[in-house]
Amino acid sequence: MLCQDCNKREASVHLTQIRNNEKIVLNLCKICAEKRGFHSPFEQMPFPLAEFVTGMVGPSKGKSQTKSDKGELQEKKCPGCCLTFSEFGRVGRLGCAKCYQAFRPELTDILRKIHGSADHRGKTVGQPSEDLQPIREEKRLREELKRAIESENFEAAARLRDEIRNLSIHQQLEDK
Amino acid sequence: MFEEMAHRPASWLTGNGPESYIVLSSRIRLARNITDFQFPPSADTDTREKIVDFISTAFNKAGLGNKGKFIGSDKITPIDQNFLVERHLISPEFMRDGTGRGLFIDNGERLSIMVNEEDHIRLQVISSGLSMPECWEYASQIDSEIAAKLEYAYDDKFGYLTSCPTNVGTGLRASILIHLPGLVLTREIDNVISRISKVGLVVRGFYGEGTDVMGNLFQISNQTTLGRSEEEIIDSLAKVTKQIIEYELNSQETLMKDAPDQIEDKVWRSYGILLHARVLTSGEVMNLLSALRLGVCLQLIDKVSLPKINELLIITQPAHIQKYYDREMDVTERDMTRAALVREKLGAGDKA
Ligand SMILES: [Zn+2]
Ligand SMILES: [Zn+2]
Repeated sequence: MLCQDCNKREASVHLTQIRNNEKIVLNLCKICAEKRGFHSPFEQMPFPLAEFVTGMVGPSKGKSQTKSDKGELQEKKCPGCCLTFSEFGRVGRLGCAKCYQAFRPELTDILRKIHGSADHRGKTVGQPSEDLQPIREEKRLREELKRAIESENFEAAARLRDEIRNLSIHQQLEDK
Repeated sequence: MFEEMAHRPASWLTGNGPESYIVLSSRIRLARNITDFQFPPSADTDTREKIVDFISTAFNKAGLGNKGKFIGSDKITPIDQNFLVERHLISPEFMRDGTGRGLFIDNGERLSIMVNEEDHIRLQVISSGLSMPECWEYASQIDSEIAAKLEYAYDDKFGYLTSCPTNVGTGLRASILIHLPGLVLTREIDNVISRISKVGLVVRGFYGEGTDVMGNLFQISNQTTLGRSEEEIIDSLAKVTKQIIEYELNSQETLMKDAPDQIEDKVWRSYGILLHARVLTSGEVMNLLSALRLGVCLQLIDKVSLPKINELLIITQPAHIQKYYDREMDVTERDMTRAALVREKLGAGDKA
């Protein structure tokens, strides 16, 4: 059986859904199933977010609303706060800033539905101020240090450690 | 706390802003979050307390300490909460779970910042009349000053990141508090509300989401926060507001053409009740003050000034009555005290 979306590849994902009290069977190839899965987050989260979002934008007709096969696709989880996408659908609130990275394609879709756009056009957070510069610099150096140690580049690690030490001494002097 | 505040009206009640005979106030709210901390709804009390510490320190570094004071949620009693809601300084949701939150209020009550409401930072600037650009300018200035002292959660594509996807982007909610007695009396209001919602704005009651409409006062605000600049959002709200003002003035004109005697009677009758009643519920006061306000707009009465009416709209609220006299009261006592307070305020010759 060929995939009903692309009509090229062999259908390996078979989904049965109830939509508007009608049974629908979908036969898709893995690629098309994944495509639908990523582009239709609403079916994965029945309410309340889906409800308020769909309530806001009206029922989206014609758009793919298929649920990805749960066996095929693993549920995404935010590395920052451990929120899963279905949990987000239940509570309607994200857990932390990293969620926006973890669920990027789904959120792009949701934001577009809520706001009619997913692209910010307002005020930007701008250049990091001088106050933040040392903090960011330290973060960067620590990451480099970690990589140096992992790759057993001890010479570089020693140099980075010194740099970090200098930076924090500098910082303490400034604070006083 | 706040007893002293109860005795002086907030600066946005002065009634000296543009269009202030119809528009009571303009308000800008910015939602911001900081990196490396969970958003407040999913953060536990411990984390929330850490966030409050971190942010209040940043506020001090940004010089906010000289502008007003920061109050931890442990210092805010249930009556204080209602008092602050009545003053439009916090949202009703702010203290639902009362720990690990904080509030900054500046001395003129123009600027207030909730820490750990739905987002880490909810910055609000409120001013008299239709004065959106001034509000935005000041809010943005404070916002930038804070941004220099901590790291906001920001994404190059999505903009400012918020706990709820409905606030992402600018994080901006612009709203006006508007008095529409003419549209209510001529029953045109439903029509206008449905037209407003078609252009992407939301209409709410006096205290925001899910609250009742009282005293013919409505809040109108933008619905979406992403894809348009702050200036565009503000501009479209201001444009629609000007149109609504025109509708309201037309309705008032119609009323004065079709039923001048009834309107005049309504205004003066309301004034009489306010001046002499011994028991007044807060809902009744709102409606009487609304009629009085209409009378002032139509120049049917010159005994009372707009600022006085604005002030009365706020200080006759239940928590305000109790803060004003610095004691807890039951409903019956409140209704009697409210009537006495209104008599005192209106009888004092006013016009001040
Ligand atoms: Zn396919
Ligand atoms: Zn997260």
